Amino acid sequence: MAEFLQFLISGLTVGAVYALVALGFTLIYNASGVVNFAQGEFVMLGGMVTVFASAAGVPLPLAAVVAVVAAVAVGLLLHRFAIEPARGASAVTLIIITIGASILLRGLAAIIFDKQFHKLPGFTGEAPIDVLGAAVQPQSFWVLGGTAVVVVALYVFLEHTLLGKAVLATAANRLAARLVGINTTTIMALAFGGSAAIGAIAGILVTPITLTNYDVGTLLALKGFAAAMLGGMGNPLGAVVGGLLLGLLEAFGAGYLSSTYKDAFAFLVILIVLFAAPQGLFGRRAVERV
Amino acid sequence: MTSKTTLKFMLAAGALSVGMSHGALAQDTVKIGSVLSATGPASFLGEPEDKTLRMYVDKINAAGGVAGKKIELVIYDDGGDANKARTFATRLVEDDKVVAMVGGSTTGTTMAMIPVFEDAKIPFISLAGAIEVIDPVRKFVFKTPHTDKMACEKIFEDLKKRNLTKIGLISGTDGFGASMRAQCVKVAPNYGMEIVADENYGPRDSDMTAQLTKIKNTAGLQAVVNPGFGQGPAIVTRNYAQLGMSNVPFYQSHGVASKSFIDLAGAAAEGVRLPAAALLVGDKLPESDPQKKVVTEYKQAYESATKQPVSTFGGHAYDGLFILVEAMKRANSTDSAKIRDEIEKTKGFVGTGGIVNMSATDHLGLDLSAFRMLEIKGGDWNLVASGS
Repeated sequence: MAEFLQFLISGLTVGAVYALVALGFTLIYNASGVVNFAQGEFVMLGGMVTVFASAAGVPLPLAAVVAVVAAVAVGLLLHRFAIEPARGASAVTLIIITIGASILLRGLAAIIFDKQFHKLPGFTGEAPIDVLGAAVQPQSFWVLGGTAVVVVALYVFLEHTLLGKAVLATAANRLAARLVGINTTTIMALAFGGSAAIGAIAGILVTPITLTNYDVGTLLALKGFAAAMLGGMGNPLGAVVGGLLLGLLEAFGAGYLSSTYKDAFAFLVILIVLFAAPQGLFGRRAVERV
Repeated sequence: MTSKTTLKFMLAAGALSVGMSHGALAQDTVKIGSVLSATGPASFLGEPEDKTLRMYVDKINAAGGVAGKKIELVIYDDGGDANKARTFATRLVEDDKVVAMVGGSTTGTTMAMIPVFEDAKIPFISLAGAIEVIDPVRKFVFKTPHTDKMACEKIFEDLKKRNLTKIGLISGTDGFGASMRAQCVKVAPNYGMEIVADENYGPRDSDMTAQLTKIKNTAGLQAVVNPGFGQGPAIVTRNYAQLGMSNVPFYQSHGVASKSFIDLAGAAAEGVRLPAAALLVGDKLPESDPQKKVVTEYKQAYESATKQPVSTFGGHAYDGLFILVEAMKRANSTDSAKIRDEIEKTKGFVGTGGIVNMSATDHLGLDLSAFRMLEIKGGDWNLVASGS
């Protein structure tokens, strides 16, 4: 039982991070139809800026705010100078632009910061907490709680505010949204800023557990993308479920099956799911926009 | 004179002057080549190697050079790419016409370059870790870093002293971790070690509690060894403490032998043991230690020149350069074949990595004494007294 709980909590913790990355993908995808492969770099920025700001003497909570602001600024710049000028291009072209942006951001981070790994102290100490025999880092609760807060906030924003509804309207049909007076360019910028903020929050929450460096985003983007696909691209609920599921698959795969093949096992399950339901678990059937 | 002949004349004069300046240059300098991964994913290896080579070649030249000639260092950056490394190796041989080579930051780039130097019969001192570089012995290939097999042996030697024989392995699946794991499994029977648990993690994994829980619940477990490098071992060490396994002796490899490991793993690193080069504990070595002078001087020179903490990787480049320079002095020649013969005759060379005694069958020349067993205490390395 203790063993099961240990696997469960470690899977949920890692899964919560994948879920946040997947949410970032979802938000931009919904507003623009673009899969933003620079999403992992927002996570990296969140962690790295916090590390360097707090090393420069800024108190941790303030450093975290600085990091989120920095990531949002980068997200807005990315939209303004890379996505917006190419707005007439196809989604594939835009996706390639985001891959280029991701490489650029990683390279800049290596030069501006450095290539070393860095850590942050746990927000509430590092002494493990005993949960029915499983040893849990206090930071795990921060990650899980933080993810829950972000998910709820995003839900409230999308469903219960006018601006959020404008995002959904843009996602549903951009032309119609413009016809009713929604500034879709602003909405796109909002989506990039918002998903940068979510990514940065994920990076800040998880750095005390996983450490961070300039290219930590690559793998997270891949895992987050897999989670988003598993849950159904474009569905926020799907992103969260997909992320948690992927984390659990990895932890239980490593614990009960073989640690050598845990990634293969997780991706195998994803492939099977996608064979059975190509739209993912919660995905809508793709409709050609005419 | 027609314009055509003028042109011809000018070309001929130009060619002549180029040829002459080349000839004059060749007489008082000797070219040593290097291909390093100064940028890219292996830059933590290549960067200190690059700085070390440049710094010491300048020093040697300032002191009059070697065998009456100044050294001209030709360094290319392969960015960690084996294909590029091979291209640069060919360029060193065919265009730059180097007499010897010190470089090859990773095992991958080294293995790609070996055929080029073997064919050209130019001595190649590699800075890569894996034992494949010198086993089987190739006539023109040497290396300076310890092998992962030696690290396993050093750890097992220490375990044997503590009467611990049932061990669990948790290895990274990156090149370093996988290679060292294989070597550990291979030499374990020689030391009476029984591997009771054998788990892996991906080099970019962020949580290893699942694997460690499995190891923790293995019956009869007496110690755990973690072959790997990068941030993986730091996370393993943190998870190890998190799961309350600190009462089981825990060994890391020489792959984490840098201050950043202690920094990243924090309090969890207390009590962890690892084999490492003397360079890390230069100030803690007894005065009688033959390596004390070399390692403290190198550390001081490197740190004052680069303002960065010394790493064993730069030390490998130091060793390679001076093994070569001393061989050139003994040979009193810049002939590649003669230099090669003298490198192979290196005896009692005191480097940062250990005391090197090469032979026709051993192109590394280090024994287990090159590794020191360290224990992390109070956030710093401490020498483990032999017999404890």
